[in-house]
Amino acid sequence: MPRTLPPVFRVGRCRVPPVVSVGEMHTSSTLILVVAVFAASLVEMVEALTIVVAAGVSRGWRPALEGAAAAIVVLGVLVLAVGVPLIRYIPLDALRVVVGALLLVLGLSWLRKAILRASGHKDPHDEDKIFAATVAELSAEDAAAQSTAVAVAAQSPAQSSAQSSAPAQTNKHDGIGFAVAFKGVFLEGTEVVLIVVSLGAAQHRLGLAAAAAAAAAVLVAVIGLVVARQLSEVPENTIKTVVGVMLTSFGVFWVGEGAGVHWPGSDLAIPVLVGFFVAVFFAFTAYMRTQLPASIGTTAATGATTTTATGTTAP
Amino acid sequence: MTAIGRAVRAFGLFWWDFLVGDTPELALATGAIVGLAFLLAGQRVVGAILLPVVAAGFLFVSTYRGRRRAPRA
Repeated sequence: MPRTLPPVFRVGRCRVPPVVSVGEMHTSSTLILVVAVFAASLVEMVEALTIVVAAGVSRGWRPALEGAAAAIVVLGVLVLAVGVPLIRYIPLDALRVVVGALLLVLGLSWLRKAILRASGHKDPHDEDKIFAATVAELSAEDAAAQSTAVAVAAQSPAQSSAQSSAPAQTNKHDGIGFAVAFKGVFLEGTEVVLIVVSLGAAQHRLGLAAAAAAAAAVLVAVIGLVVARQLSEVPENTIKTVVGVMLTSFGVFWVGEGAGVHWPGSDLAIPVLVGFFVAVFFAFTAYMRTQLPASIGTTAATGATTTTATGTTAP
Repeated sequence: MTAIGRAVRAFGLFWWDFLVGDTPELALATGAIVGLAFLLAGQRVVGAILLPVVAAGFLFVSTYRGRRRAPRA
């Protein structure tokens, strides 16, 4: 006998009809939910880690780690503040249309970038380049601050002894390092929050979605701490392709489901949609390769690297 | 403009950039797919075929728009 949803989903002004029982939730959609959230979180956290490591290396580890931790706390609060009311008060069908639309925008956007990167129309995401740019920017700010301090000390030698102790204090409570790490983690994490809330709320599995995202964040943080550098070896473009395919598939499914389209096989339609969009990815990538301008095509053919079908670079 | 006004504007701009940004055709695609889904409510096979195909069509248009072009002589 199928179990109905727990009472927490049936309170509030808009009582949610028990249209979906827990027993109807197929393992396939749950698995895809976990994989999509984990992969999305993984790829965004790798990008965030790059910024945190850059802030740590150039401005000190304490403010960088404090900034990252603060951002993670704010993101967690956002998931609770947005996700729980969505589940409690919004009727399931309306929720699925809104969530599906949101996932479609994100998914199509990720898939578009993945196709452009895989076909050579867009440069692959380069963590090393981002790391170098962030370190250079932060170091330039540091140098500017130091030159200002030297100028002030030259004008007022009496204050020079007081100024000389400033860098040590700055290293401990460095607002710039904190802000850069916070902003990096928060901005990259916002997309993860949207995905967690959307997928979690639409399937009434917010806890599972949040746990999958947290697991990816912890994994990236642990690896980042162990190797103490950005993770440029992670096949980010491949993961983005997988996430783009999953978000688009879920988006199309939930929009249809919420609007009243009957999917043959119910939730089993999701793996079929995933297969369809994987085929679309490879077909569009192959076609877009034929559209590369001749000069770029020649460069790619004779250059040191070529782009593989999944967007990773190979010698 | 007050601090609240600036905050609201910044919040709106953030979401506009996040959801629309430089690919307005994808936001348009989403609207079209939602509208189509409501038109096909109650359908089984037609909806299941048309919705992903329309999504793929918009994706193709958007990807084609974003291609690298040869520099003009």
